[in-house]
Amino acid sequence: MTASNQKDGLIEIEGLTKRFGGFTAVDDVSFSVQRGEVVGFLGPNGAGKSTTMRMLAGFMLPSEGTARICGEDVVQRPVAAKRQLGFLPEGAPTYPEMSVADFLAFCARIRGFSGAEGRARVDHAMALTQLEGVRLQPIETLSKGFKRRVGLAQALLHSPPVLVLDEPTDGLDPNQKHEVRELIRAMAPEKAIIISTHILEEVAAICTRVIVIAQGRVLADATPAALVADGRSMEEVFRSLTLGAGA
Amino acid sequence: MSPALTVARREFSAYFATPVATVFIVIFLVLSGALTFTLGGFFGRGQADLIPFFSFIPWLFLFLVPALTMRLWAEERRLGTIELLLTLPITAAQAVVGKFLAAWAFCAVALLLTFPLVLTVNLLGEPDNGVILTGYLGCLLVAGAYLAIGSAISAVTRNQVIAFVLAVAVCFLFAAAGSPVVTEFLSSKLPALAELARAVSVSERINGFTRGVISAKDFIFFASFIGFWLFVNAVILEHKKAD
Repeated sequence: MTASNQKDGLIEIEGLTKRFGGFTAVDDVSFSVQRGEVVGFLGPNGAGKSTTMRMLAGFMLPSEGTARICGEDVVQRPVAAKRQLGFLPEGAPTYPEMSVADFLAFCARIRGFSGAEGRARVDHAMALTQLEGVRLQPIETLSKGFKRRVGLAQALLHSPPVLVLDEPTDGLDPNQKHEVRELIRAMAPEKAIIISTHILEEVAAICTRVIVIAQGRVLADATPAALVADGRSMEEVFRSLTLGAGA
Repeated sequence: MSPALTVARREFSAYFATPVATVFIVIFLVLSGALTFTLGGFFGRGQADLIPFFSFIPWLFLFLVPALTMRLWAEERRLGTIELLLTLPITAAQAVVGKFLAAWAFCAVALLLTFPLVLTVNLLGEPDNGVILTGYLGCLLVAGAYLAIGSAISAVTRNQVIAFVLAVAVCFLFAAAGSPVVTEFLSSKLPALAELARAVSVSERINGFTRGVISAKDFIFFASFIGFWLFVNAVILEHKKAD
């Protein structure tokens, strides 16, 4: 860790810990993410990725530690922190009975964009995620890939400086995956982005940094190139790191 | 538009996006009309007022209002949209108030649609329309009280049926607390509790309104009752956001 320890990180996580009863889901996780970085959050199911992201998004209160988004503490000033954040929750939940346009207009209004600006924001977000063709369809009638993109559009609506995306490409076909990766790559220079994924080649494709987490602890924090510097494949590195932690 | 009103607007149109709105309004109008004319003896009384109508409303709301509130939070939990809603830049309190206002506005629409009864008494006689107005106000406040209870209970579970049954049970406690059966039983066994039961009874409070009497005490009762349950709702959400 070199530059990432500097004070000007858009995302700063300090000693974040979450316990459920006696079970520690996230154990003293600390890192920070700078503008321009795309952090790939890797780990087996149940490693604490989603829990960490939920705490970052202000949905779960940390048992210990805290996080700051653009300097706003997610525990002390949750609303201010959430304004700076675009969050795609796990499974991309949306209101099924609403049309795509109504749903995005609702999110825009909540974020304080109304009238012409609200419409412009919604149109822009739909253009970024290629949703114009289904704008008036109820979300429940859409395929899994479209639903995921509606969730993504909602996260991009307000052009937030910080994006936290929980499995943004899950359920997309290869073409759609490619589009979303291109979108993330295009946005990356102005933003700090964290994405969680199970797709290891995705990490090599778009991430500038990889954080591997298992059993709530950070096991590795390096560039994708550094992780595979010894000639092993990303999959081998992932297996040796996470299975080693489980033993 | 404030975030709470934005939530309210979405929630209000969600009622109309599903058959919930139609079913609720039709059942409410049929039952309130039928009860007023049959059990209430609307014509036989020979009086131009809506007392029979207003006397059935709290009991109708007892079953119908929990049907409106059961989905408010339970469905958000089941669909996972609670994670979306509460990670938008709003506080839990704004979300709670928004949902409550939407359901309350829906109840107001249902009550407004009973206007043919008002027309009828005005055609047949010369009722005191001021008393009718306060009667409607009382009904709306009772609806608000039950809505606040139901909404808080909906936040406890992801199962809408459980939310409905629990809400009916709790609303029934506050409806029945002032009934003669309960107060007489309590005053013979536990006089201290009888006073308390009468004081927290929702159905008791509406009597003043149906007679045309608006007292500050009753207003403060409903305001603090609703405020208390909305506060409970917000606390439950804060502590049980993610299950």
